[in-house]
Amino acid sequence: MIPAAFDYHRPGTLDEAVKLLKKLGGEAKVLSGGMSLLPMLKLRLASFAHLVDINRIPGLDYIKEKGGNLCIGAMTRQAALERSDLIRTKYPILADAVPLIADPLVRNRGTIGGNVANGDPGNDQPAIMLALGATFVALGAKERSIPASQFYKGLYSTALAPNEILTEIRIPAPPPKSGGAYAKLKRKTGDFAVAAAAVQVTLGKNGAIERAGIGLTNAGLTPVEATEAAKYLVGKMPDEKTIAEAAKMAAAKSSPSADRRGSVAYKKEMARVLTTRALRKAVQRAQGG
Amino acid sequence: MATHKISVTINGAAREAEVESRLLLVHLIREVFRMTGTHVGCDTSHCGACTVILDGNPVKSCTVLAVQADGAKITTVEGLEQGGKLHPVQEGFHEKHGLQCGFCTPGMLMTTSALLERNKNPSEQEIREAISGNLCRCTGYVNIVKAVQYAAEKMR
Repeated sequence: MIPAAFDYHRPGTLDEAVKLLKKLGGEAKVLSGGMSLLPMLKLRLASFAHLVDINRIPGLDYIKEKGGNLCIGAMTRQAALERSDLIRTKYPILADAVPLIADPLVRNRGTIGGNVANGDPGNDQPAIMLALGATFVALGAKERSIPASQFYKGLYSTALAPNEILTEIRIPAPPPKSGGAYAKLKRKTGDFAVAAAAVQVTLGKNGAIERAGIGLTNAGLTPVEATEAAKYLVGKMPDEKTIAEAAKMAAAKSSPSADRRGSVAYKKEMARVLTTRALRKAVQRAQGG
Repeated sequence: MATHKISVTINGAAREAEVESRLLLVHLIREVFRMTGTHVGCDTSHCGACTVILDGNPVKSCTVLAVQADGAKITTVEGLEQGGKLHPVQEGFHEKHGLQCGFCTPGMLMTTSALLERNKNPSEQEIREAISGNLCRCTGYVNIVKAVQYAAEKMR
C-alpha cells in the first residue's frame, strides 16, 4: 500500500517548523514517530498535502525532573521510556503501560508526543495523562499549556491548532505516599485495548485517599476521565468496598462501541474489572508495598 | 510533487537515490536498491517481515519513509553475513530449524541480531518479548527461540 502523494518537509528547528505549519495552513500534518500516521496514510484513511517531520529537531527528546514536574520531550521514543530508570523507579503507571504499547519494533519509532497528540482513544498514554493530571505544552505563535483534561475534543480531534506542535508533556511529580498503575486487557501483542484503566492515587497521613485520578482507554470517542469516581474516592479509606464502588462508577462513565474486541456490555464490565485491578495496585504502591 | 535526493549507508555501502516523498523505506530497499531479502508481509506494521536495523534499532521498514532514512545506516538481512561467514543467528536458525516456510525469517534475524547486540544472555522470556512484533505464521516459535539461544551461546 502506498500513501497518496504529499510533500515532505524536514525543518531543523522548532521555530522553522512552526513557521512552516503557519504557511501551509490546515494542509499539513506533523510527523513524529509515524506509527499511527503512516499506516493511516497507507490505508488512505487520511491524506495530507504536506508532512512536517519533527524527527531531526534537536532538543525534543528528554526525560527529566524539573521544577516539581516530570518533563518529557514530545519526540521521546517509547523505547527510551521503557529503558528509563527514572520512569521505572518513580512513575510505575508509565512503566506498567509502555511495554504494553504495540510491540518492541513499533516502540523503537513511536513517541509519547505522538501517542498523546494523535487523539486516538485506543492509545494508552492519554488515559494515563488524565490520571496523572498532566499538562501538554504546545508551541504555535506563542507557547501555551493545555491540561490533558481539556485536550481531547473528539475522535482524532484535540485542542491543538493546525499551526501548533506539542513539544512537552509535564507531569506533576507525585508527593510521598503516591502510587499509580495501568491495567490493560488486549487480545494479542500489537492490538489496541479491549479495555484499560489508568489510576494514580495519593494517600494522606491517616491512610485515606487524598487525591485520585482515573483514566480509561478505548472507552468512548475520546480518552475518558472518570472524574466522579475519582471524587468519590477522596477522603475515603481505600478498602475493597470503596474500590469496588469507584470501579463501578468509572465503568458507568465509559461508552465503548461494539466491535471484534467485544460487545458493549463486555467492554464495560472489563473497564470495571481493570479499574478495580489498577486501583488495588495503585493503593498498594502508595502504601509502599 | 518534489523529489528528494537522499544518501544512506546500506550494509556498509554508500548509496544515493532520488525519491518521492511517499516512497516507503522497504520499497527503497527492494525496488530501488534491488535487495529483496527484506520481505513485505502484512504491509500494516504488524508482522515484522520487513524489519531492518535503522541506526542501531530494529524497525518495520514498511512504516518508515525512505526520505526519513536520509543519512542513516541501514542493515538488512543481506548485511548479516560477513566475509562468507553466516552471522551466529543465521547459523542458529539453520542448526535449530528456526524456519519452515522462511517468509518471516529475514525480520526474525534482524530483530534477534539486534537483541543480541544489546543483551548477550537473554532469557527465554526476553527472547519471546523481543520477537513479539515478528509473526511466524508457521508458528515455529519454539525452534526460533532455540535458534536465538544457540546464537547467544555462540557469541559469548
